[in-house]
Amino acid sequence: MLDLKEQIIAQLNLQDIKPEDIGDDQPLFVEGLGLDSIDALELIVLLQQQYKIKLSNAEDGPKVFKTVRTMAEYITAHQAQNV
Amino acid sequence: MNAPVFVAGTGIISAIGNSVAECLAALENERAGMGQMQNLKSAHSQRLPVAEVKLNNEELAQLTGLPKIKSRTALLSLVAAKEALANAGIENIKDLRTGFISATSVGGMDKTENFFTEFLKDNSKGKLRDVVDHECGSVTELVADALGIKDYITTISTACSSSANAIFLGARLIKNDIVDVVVAGGTDSLTRFTLNGFNTLMIVDEQFCQPFDENRRGLNLGEGAGYVVLVSEKTAATLKNKPNIVLSGYCNANDAYHQTASSPDGIGSYLAMSGALKKAGLQPSDIDYINLHGTGTQNNDIAEGTAIKRLFEPHYPKMSSTKTYTGHTLGACGGIEAAFSILALQHGEIFPNLRLQTPMVELPFVPERKLEKNVEVKHVLSNSFGFGGNCSSLIFSKVEN
Amino acid sequence: MKTENHITASCIIRNNLVYKNGIKVFEESGSALSDFLVSAYRHFDLQYPKFFKMDNLSKLGWLANEILLTGSFDKEKYKPEDTGIVLSNANASLDTDIKYYETAKTIASPAQFVYTLPNIVIGEISIRHKFKGENAFFISEEFDAGFIEQYVSNLINNNILQSCICGWADVLDSAYNATLFLIEKDKSPNSVNFTKENLNKIHQLQNG
Repeated sequence: MLDLKEQIIAQLNLQDIKPEDIGDDQPLFVEGLGLDSIDALELIVLLQQQYKIKLSNAEDGPKVFKTVRTMAEYITAHQAQNV
Repeated sequence: MNAPVFVAGTGIISAIGNSVAECLAALENERAGMGQMQNLKSAHSQRLPVAEVKLNNEELAQLTGLPKIKSRTALLSLVAAKEALANAGIENIKDLRTGFISATSVGGMDKTENFFTEFLKDNSKGKLRDVVDHECGSVTELVADALGIKDYITTISTACSSSANAIFLGARLIKNDIVDVVVAGGTDSLTRFTLNGFNTLMIVDEQFCQPFDENRRGLNLGEGAGYVVLVSEKTAATLKNKPNIVLSGYCNANDAYHQTASSPDGIGSYLAMSGALKKAGLQPSDIDYINLHGTGTQNNDIAEGTAIKRLFEPHYPKMSSTKTYTGHTLGACGGIEAAFSILALQHGEIFPNLRLQTPMVELPFVPERKLEKNVEVKHVLSNSFGFGGNCSSLIFSKVEN
Repeated sequence: MKTENHITASCIIRNNLVYKNGIKVFEESGSALSDFLVSAYRHFDLQYPKFFKMDNLSKLGWLANEILLTGSFDKEKYKPEDTGIVLSNANASLDTDIKYYETAKTIASPAQFVYTLPNIVIGEISIRHKFKGENAFFISEEFDAGFIEQYVSNLINNNILQSCICGWADVLDSAYNATLFLIEKDKSPNSVNFTKENLNKIHQLQNG
């Protein structure tokens, strides 16, 4: 999950935030890290670039990108499928 | 300062017609302009429908007298601006102080991206003449030269509200006695740049768009140009056909919420609409028809609808999104939709919001689904909201001669 | 009809220098534009994480506006819809258009695309300060002081706005230039009259 946090920080230009500042279960959007709809789209790009996972339905976004943990679980589940 | 600004003429080219008359016929016959891509070359051509103007650059060049190598944005602009001037019937344009205010969001991008494709493969390739008009302002200059307009020329670029802003800048120039006549509106051609961009935002509908529908999926991109000719009262009096439509109200406000998304309560839209009413000295109940911004995205329609609810409740005017015909023409939509609003006033017609099946559950009103004829239409509100939080509303009104 | 308005503050960012009201307030020679903008952001101790996500044009305009308003603007005096923004430049959003085009070769970046319009910088400034007044972005080859003076005076004299941030913000690759002005109805201790001549004088001051 540390890797994922670093990737999120790089992808979203969260310059002043360190991986340890992001809790595994901290909400990423609005009240948590304060990400917005464009960040959500960038996270979709991140999944595609780093993990070759295509999230084609934007409506799944809120579920998948709720926290770092839900993202990691989604990646694990879908990478398993790819193998 | 409160001298009226008259609408002396309109000109349109869009996916539903190459002139005002053709567009009106399509609006009345519920003929939408979307379809599979013919002109634009794109990897998405099989998947994403677009609302293209049905003429290729060669045909547009013939219509305008411009060389066919010029940007499609300029070619479209000249077709509509010429029609608007001819429609106004101003004989002595050279004797009047005349302005051209044109809006665009892509400028000469269509040429530039073709240049880049060749240039990136081999940097000795690519025709430099294709990039000379890239800059938004140079498309305006090119068209102004072709129209013979010299007194006041400027380009406005505020995304999808650009051409509504161009129209009220034109009105202000007349009110301040800086010009006598102004051709104002906007133009945008379809480009891969915008198509890919909106596609990455995941707001392009793979089917024909369904604005203000509960199950709306996004927008269809379109292209075209729309202009109005605005004249001072003094100039209006000299015209053979004395105009009886005025631009009575206009307002621009910033939503101050997000780079591209509208705020949930549509505060910017609310401020623009209420400011335009105030400027026109009208009450919400005076408005007979709203030409909605109505893009078909989840975000726009709920924000715009919420703002309308707050301002108009409980007496809702008739309304519709004509983007169900033309697609979203970005920098041109304010000009095209201003011309449609003027048609509604002239013909006493309300154009339908096509393909509306399930009304949005959050809203207490439903846009018109069928063409309405012989309606008393005195005041029309036209909304244009853009990225960057830029929100504009125009009001056109019929006056007694 | 002709009312007098005042330039109550100005900010210039160019050539790795920042000027506030004609006085040099920051310098970092030799650094590239994006590094320079971040250094200036840190120097003025601005706390706005979203800054890092902006494109260079928005960073430049946003930063110039922060420096323009700090210590010069009394927000309490105005309602949100009283303050507007009128900017202009020569290259629209071309700098980011090109960068976005590069990303489109692999996976097009939504975060880049949203900055491919020049008026997004106005949106960013409006979001920061909750300004809801009229705003517009014009494209012209050079800074046109006469046009800005006429346009903004019209807005203020007709009470559409009570105060206005206006000027020039342009970026293309390594070339950049921003001059922002704060225009208000009331004089302040260091203000000068809002005229075409004074706009040009301030804009050209450090140009040489």
